[in-house]
Amino acid sequence: MAEFLDMGGHAATVWPAYGAAAAILIGLVVASVRQASRGRAELERLEGGTGERGGR
Amino acid sequence: MSAFWTLVRRDVTLAVRRGGEAALTLGFFVVTVALFPFGVGPDPALLGRIAAGVVWVTALLAATVSLDRLFRPDLEDGSLDLLALSPLPLEAAVLAKCLAHWLVTGLPVTLLSPLMAAMLRLDGAAHGPLAVSLAVGTPALSLTGGIGAALVLGARRGGALCGLLVLPLFIPVLVFGVSGVEAAQAGLPALPHILIEAAILVAAVPLAAFAGAAALRLALE
Amino acid sequence: MPSFPHSLASPARFRRLSRRVLPWASALAAGLLGVGLVWALGFAPPDYQQGDTVRVMYIHVPAAWMAMLCYAVMAALSASFLVWKHQLADLAARASAPIGACFTAVALITGSLWGKPTWGAYWVWDARLTSVLALFFLYLGHMALAGAFDDRERGGRAAAILAVVGAVNLPIVKFSVDWWNTLHQPASVLRLDGPAIHGSMLWPLLTMAAGFAAFYVAVLLVRIDGESAARRVEVLTRRRAAGA
Repeated sequence: MAEFLDMGGHAATVWPAYGAAAAILIGLVVASVRQASRGRAELERLEGGTGERGGR
Repeated sequence: MSAFWTLVRRDVTLAVRRGGEAALTLGFFVVTVALFPFGVGPDPALLGRIAAGVVWVTALLAATVSLDRLFRPDLEDGSLDLLALSPLPLEAAVLAKCLAHWLVTGLPVTLLSPLMAAMLRLDGAAHGPLAVSLAVGTPALSLTGGIGAALVLGARRGGALCGLLVLPLFIPVLVFGVSGVEAAQAGLPALPHILIEAAILVAAVPLAAFAGAAALRLALE
Repeated sequence: MPSFPHSLASPARFRRLSRRVLPWASALAAGLLGVGLVWALGFAPPDYQQGDTVRVMYIHVPAAWMAMLCYAVMAALSASFLVWKHQLADLAARASAPIGACFTAVALITGSLWGKPTWGAYWVWDARLTSVLALFFLYLGHMALAGAFDDRERGGRAAAILAVVGAVNLPIVKFSVDWWNTLHQPASVLRLDGPAIHGSMLWPLLTMAAGFAAFYVAVLLVRIDGESAARRVEVLTRRRAAGA
């Protein structure tokens, strides 16, 4: 395990690269899901008020 | 065709009279170039090596700062609407305005570049290639910049946004402009680099005409 | 608003389709990326010159491919939006930009971490790096322009023009390495004479690339949903303001 984590002496290159990629892509997923659900909730609130239909 | 040149003459006249816009751009260029020896120190060898890049980047900034005035005053006073109704195609009008922009920014910068290059101790053999590369490259800057200026019409914080949009598109012009001068400094022919710049310029003409006119139509809706 | 219900018809149909595709795309992305990660980190061989640093390739190269692919998709969608004025193309182009920007950021960051042991510096101003940096700025400019107008529609059209114009950067990114012959190594997978990379490295690389592509589809669907909700909210708000 320690040998795996060491990455042949290149731990300082490999792990930050994978970590940064994971952080950016997970962040993107979280932001996208939140934006979509916020938009849907706002839409529900607006449409609920007048009983208007459409968009889904 | 005469409508085209009338528009060019009108824009140049306006730019020269309206608070001396042309002079302001030129002043910006000279002052910014003069800042570099303060920033990096007066070592002639160092200055000579970075001179081409400094002059080019400054020319690029001078073109960018004046872009905001390319279409906005005309949109605000309604002359852009008249332009759209005139028999001159909007594509041609965009090219005319970009040409006028170049005549008051790129051309004076090109004419002044040997002086600035000499102040920065650029190798004498490279003065000619620098002026030629600017003469070929700066029209491409005005054309590409025209697209950006037309796109941000009516946008919030349009001026800063325009810079963000056009500066990445300026990179190829900058790269080949400077590489031509560097080739001359190394005793190699500058012509291939300048020909690539010319190719970019030729491609930029239809691109600016169609994209710029599409953006203007959008702003006039 | 005469064409209003009609313009909604196709986004509604798209939403039904997207609800069906999204779970599959997400599962595919999770599966491929899971397998790809284990393969890339645990089983792929270290490079005989670069040692284990070569493992950065398994995210760097697919991210760079996706950075360009996202832009190509965005430019194609933008062009079709400008020609046919199809709402869905606008929504998808807007949704594509932040994803492309993230892939570009991943490619730049992993590339600079990889550059340190290989070239001895985190950043070199070579043609490939510079043109990818320009691509990143183009994405940022597209996002800023799309959001800079009070009228969403207008922002979408302006951003579409920019996306089409900015597509000239794509061939520059792709061929910069061949044209300038700089530090960055030339393409070793997408070549006319077949990939110059051994199967033990090629297959985990392709698995990761497929995982990234599935990830792109899944996030794109979610973002299109968000964009279409935001657009509808704006239309309703405006209509209400006009009616009141």
